[in-house]
Amino acid sequence: MSALEWWLVLSALLFCIGAFGVLARRNIIVVIMSLEIMLSAVNIALVAIASFRTGVPGGGTLFALFIIALAAAEVTVGIAIVVGNYRHQRTVQADRFDELKG
Amino acid sequence: MKAIVALIPILPFVGFLVTLLVGRRMKHQAHLIPTALVTGSAALAVAAFVWVHEHEGELFHYEPLAWITAGGPSSLWPGVESVALKVSWGFQVDSLTGIMLLVVGLIGMLVHYYSIGYMSDDPGYYRFFAYLNLFMFAMFILILADNYLLMFLGWEGVGLCSFLLISFWFRRKSASQAGKKAFLVNRVGDFGFTLGMFLIFVTTGTLQFTGVFEAAEAGDIGAQTLTWVCLLLFVGAVGKSAQFPLHVWLPDAMEGPTPVSALIHAATMVNAGVYMVARSYPLFIQSEWAMVVVMVIGTFTAVYAAFIALTQTDIKRVIAYSTVSSLGFMFMALGAGAWVAAVFYLFVHGFFKGLLFLCSGSVIHAMSGEQDLRKMGGLRRKLPLTFWTMLIGALAVVGVIPFAGFWAKDEILAGAYSYSLTVWVVGIITAFLTSIYMFRLMFLAFWGESRADEHVRAHIHESGWVITIPLVLLAVPAALLGLLAGLPPEAGWIHGFLEPVFFEIEHHEFHWVGAGGLLMLVSVAVVLAGIGVAYRMYVRDVEEPKRLAHRLPIVYRASLNKLYMDEIYEVVPIRATVSFARWLWMFVDVKLIDGAVNGVAALWAWAGVRLRPLQTGRVQDYALDVLLGLLVLLVIFAWVWVV
Repeated sequence: MSALEWWLVLSALLFCIGAFGVLARRNIIVVIMSLEIMLSAVNIALVAIASFRTGVPGGGTLFALFIIALAAAEVTVGIAIVVGNYRHQRTVQADRFDELKG
Repeated sequence: MKAIVALIPILPFVGFLVTLLVGRRMKHQAHLIPTALVTGSAALAVAAFVWVHEHEGELFHYEPLAWITAGGPSSLWPGVESVALKVSWGFQVDSLTGIMLLVVGLIGMLVHYYSIGYMSDDPGYYRFFAYLNLFMFAMFILILADNYLLMFLGWEGVGLCSFLLISFWFRRKSASQAGKKAFLVNRVGDFGFTLGMFLIFVTTGTLQFTGVFEAAEAGDIGAQTLTWVCLLLFVGAVGKSAQFPLHVWLPDAMEGPTPVSALIHAATMVNAGVYMVARSYPLFIQSEWAMVVVMVIGTFTAVYAAFIALTQTDIKRVIAYSTVSSLGFMFMALGAGAWVAAVFYLFVHGFFKGLLFLCSGSVIHAMSGEQDLRKMGGLRRKLPLTFWTMLIGALAVVGVIPFAGFWAKDEILAGAYSYSLTVWVVGIITAFLTSIYMFRLMFLAFWGESRADEHVRAHIHESGWVITIPLVLLAVPAALLGLLAGLPPEAGWIHGFLEPVFFEIEHHEFHWVGAGGLLMLVSVAVVLAGIGVAYRMYVRDVEEPKRLAHRLPIVYRASLNKLYMDEIYEVVPIRATVSFARWLWMFVDVKLIDGAVNGVAALWAWAGVRLRPLQTGRVQDYALDVLLGLLVLLVIFAWVWVV
């Protein structure tokens, strides 16, 4: 296996760990953390492919930077919603977040 | 002349519209506008007749406006061309139309007058006059039309009015049923007429009478096609003119008010079939087979209806069967090639049969609505005017010299004789039966002792002058018209008058024996014998009919039950149609169509119930769904890329 493939395997493992966390954990904070792991996994894959395949270190990094910025924004919004709902429901259990269901 | 021809149908139509709009408010004056307009129409009809008479049957043609233009070269696809259909509101007047105009106009006018008295205390007074005017409009269109399609418009119009007027007292179940029956039975005939028109158009490319007849004379229509055209048209005539086997609606049509029976079901509308066949003379004359069919159906209907009339007890039904029989007589004449005799008979028949119906209406009026002959009797002294006019009508219909019916009937019998001896014998038998049932009616109603209930008997009175004057006015032509139009026999005025229409008669293969001596004597003797038999059975020895019925039970019951025609229709076509309709309703509609519609709805409802648990409201479940969806997509992509 080449070095790139090792990196991609690492990325896939991290993605799966993140996905498992998103689906299986009940604490919404942990879910958001797992989401961050998935995003990071994608970042690793992007950067790895960029530096091994194109030879232009800047190209893939730019994507990664965008994703990091987006993730920061998304976490901000997500945590704000979680905090807001915590004030309302006094819980951070993800399966209790079903107030809007008809 | 143009204005006259155009105004003849327009006036009653205006009357119809106005009466429909304001009639209700005019209450008992509702007859004023319709009767005035119909009188105008009748005067114009007479004027048109005089014009034809002066111009010796020259064809007057007037085409005020186009109606349907279709087909021809296509503007969408150049080079594609269909047969152009051009139909207009065109009118034509020749001597045949002239005679029809006279019958329809004059009798229509008198029936309007009569209705003023007869319908005076009916809540639907204005409605009745509106319908009558609509009928006059449609009938005039029918006889004035210069093409088959416009004729068909009038044809359907009179059918509609017939339906409306038969079921005029629609609260009575039997009346609404009778109207429905008339409409449905006529529909069968009209279907034949429509098919005939299609066939004419497909073969000749026109529906204009002159065009079609020219094509027929030039031999542009194949012999077989021509026979089919004639037979299909004749199916229409059979329906409208109540010939066997589509006659069943006419006796039931007596549920309508009596003026309607007189106008529509005796004098005008039922003649439309005869008129149509006579109008299509250039077609029929070339098709031997069609002529034979016309003759056989007519002859059979004539004797068949006369046989049924012998035992009917309802005064109007007897006359109704007599009308069916008379119409059969006309078709017999048409089929035997005695065209002029048929039209002559139509001409006089309108007057005396209308008279008979109006008289029976007067009798019913006097009897407080009683129509059963068994409950009448002895009316001769109580209703002298009705009696004498009805006697004239009866003498005319059975054909006693010198009343109108004699001359026309005699010419038909002469035509039948020159055609075939068998037909003549059947005709003579019909004449014999006719005189029996007609005078059975007269003797039962006017002779003997009154058999009515006590309170009915107390109210018997002669009708008012609005009713009796039309009777007298109709009795005059019923007595004299034959002398005026048919003398000398076989060469009377009417022969010369109709020659332009039936142009080939004289030198065609149908030979005339002439109504000379012997034939005339035989027919008069037979008629007098029939009257004698009726006198013996219904005046001298009133127990005789019962004994005869007892001795010939099968014959008696067959006649009384109209040879079970209604029952046969009930079993074969009606029950089959009804059960087919029920199957369409209960299976095709309820099960298949409703089932499919409801099934689709139920399917989605079921699917919704089943899929609803997926919407848990939990973010993580949705995320799982997304992931599963992604996996499915991956599998599909992998499949596509591998294969």
